[in-house]
Amino acid sequence: MDWVKANPKTVLTGAHFIDGNHAACEGAIAAGANFAAGYPITPSTEVVERFAARAPLVGATFLQMEDELASSIAILGAAWGGAKSFTVTSGPGFSLMMEHVGLAAMTETPAVFVNVQRGGPSTGLPTLPAQADMMQARWGSHGDYEVIALSPNSPQECFDLMIDAFNLAEQYRNPVFFMMDESVGHMTEKVVIPSADKIDLFPRRYTSLTPSEYLPYKPGSAGIPEMARLGQGYRFHVTGLTHDVRGYPAINAQAQQELMDRLMGKIRDNAGKIARTKEHLLEDAGIVLVAYGITSRVALRAVQMAREENIPAGLLRPVVVWPFPEKRIRELADRAKAFIVVEMNYGQIVNEVERLVADCAKTVLVPHAGGAVHRPEAILDVIREVAKWA
Amino acid sequence: MGVTTAINPVEPLLRTDRMPHIWCPGCGIGTTVNCFARALGRSKLPLDKVAVVSGIGCTGRVAGYLQFDSFHTTHGRAIPFATGLKLANPEMSVVVYSGDGDLIAIGGNHFIHAARRNVDIKVICVNNFIYGMTGGQVAPTTPLGASATTAPYGAFEQPFNLPFLAESSGAVYVARWTVYHVQHIAHSMAEALRKKGFSFIEILAPCPTLYQRRNKLGDSLDAMRYYKERSVIKNGASTRDLDLGFQEEIIVGKFVDSERPTLQQTMDQRYREVLKDRYNGWRQP
Repeated sequence: MDWVKANPKTVLTGAHFIDGNHAACEGAIAAGANFAAGYPITPSTEVVERFAARAPLVGATFLQMEDELASSIAILGAAWGGAKSFTVTSGPGFSLMMEHVGLAAMTETPAVFVNVQRGGPSTGLPTLPAQADMMQARWGSHGDYEVIALSPNSPQECFDLMIDAFNLAEQYRNPVFFMMDESVGHMTEKVVIPSADKIDLFPRRYTSLTPSEYLPYKPGSAGIPEMARLGQGYRFHVTGLTHDVRGYPAINAQAQQELMDRLMGKIRDNAGKIARTKEHLLEDAGIVLVAYGITSRVALRAVQMAREENIPAGLLRPVVVWPFPEKRIRELADRAKAFIVVEMNYGQIVNEVERLVADCAKTVLVPHAGGAVHRPEAILDVIREVAKWA
Repeated sequence: MGVTTAINPVEPLLRTDRMPHIWCPGCGIGTTVNCFARALGRSKLPLDKVAVVSGIGCTGRVAGYLQFDSFHTTHGRAIPFATGLKLANPEMSVVVYSGDGDLIAIGGNHFIHAARRNVDIKVICVNNFIYGMTGGQVAPTTPLGASATTAPYGAFEQPFNLPFLAESSGAVYVARWTVYHVQHIAHSMAEALRKKGFSFIEILAPCPTLYQRRNKLGDSLDAMRYYKERSVIKNGASTRDLDLGFQEEIIVGKFVDSERPTLQQTMDQRYREVLKDRYNGWRQP
């Protein structure tokens, strides 16, 4: 596929002083999003508030739906109608959306689900941060499926990574999660929006076959089928049932295996390409901190404090959390003695790290119940303890 | 012995490679599909510009048998899917075709909001008074006293009066027929297809396997006899008066045919008024 440039009429090129929620909205618009549906929920609402204001200026449509069930499927309808679409929510709404995460995965509908995470469970801490939906993003809908999830740690990244989120959704025809947290969402910093010609977009995989040649779920390049344009005579069928290459329901074990192998494979086989990390001071690190989102910024401060005490700590930050950067973690485990996972929950990503490094390194969790970010000193205390034996 | 080989006129609109369908002998859904195909022929709509969206359930399988761009979505959510589809691609005629449990129980919230917004979609609801696909459970349409697997001593909840619900939520076209009224159904469907705005057609249909048998109402022919003998056509009747009792009189007809700007029209108008030439309307993708 030939990448295309962003539409200059929609990109607010320049330096801005905005929060992560606003930056995420601009990222979506720059990525070509022309449809959003949402339901108000703290602390995410500013994203759709901004989109509601911007949509009629940039040829886009916003609709506030009656609930998150509706929002999360309206964006899928819009995607099949030809739009690039997304929805935005937080914990309780995220729970409601899980049904359509599954539908998007099963029907291979490109769409972006933004979750500005807050404390849970249930109504929890509406106005305060957490990172406790990371496993829900991975496993929240029923059945087997693979997802892609990105985790920005600054307003700038809320813009930059949102472009990637849309590109990945199109490239892999898969639901993509944008896993923010309340701190990143409401943190105001400088955000530099580049000119449109610096923003590359992956166009929708539309078929060039004629209707009589076209099979909606026949795998194309990289195992990913091409979509047909609605209303152009393809008369295609899309179903959440297990289906064959014609898109027709096929309720048997063989069809299930063929479809699932391909759906899982298109992400698993490309996990190395999709996975992305940012690393700090890892060259000689015997102690590897793993942190993502807002927590990665606090963890980096703790790493710097440890270095001042000559403790060889470094930071690995999964920018793409799902698929998890397994290869990189395994490489680091060859020489690191300990991994310290810092996350704003009672232990989610730590289990991923632990299973990867169990044979050669210890894994320690620095949890946080949410509601505030970790104090760097608290992380440093753990680093010091680990340094005694690592 | 002659064998007729004439092609059924509705056949070009069906995915014949998916036949036989899953519906039971005597089921009313197929009859409504036949009416729909005839209505499309009458409507003169370009068939490539018709999309059919279904939810889950027996009627939820309709989308898969019709030879259009078609979507079989999640339980209860066909309407919000269709809303997104229509807004993203306004030139499409979008038809939601589903059952009473799907549209009115699990999807009830979406139903009233789409009617309120006057989204330009056509909603065809095949009402068989029961959950068919899952084996005959009570529905929000089951008449008082009728038996269902989860109401083994008879339904004791007041059922919805669907035309009243549709009208009071804002639908601009509301009709009810039974599958006995095939000409009326096709006529109503053709009217709804030409109409702008949220249009709703309820079609009462027999479920011989579950509803009829469980309630000792005979087979589908008995159901047709009931529809024929106890239906009264009252076009323009007040939707307030359309409650359905167990094997009681059925008022059918076209009850609402009014004009109101659609969601897209009100959206466009608002933006144009306020934003003037800054308004950048939806461009086709």
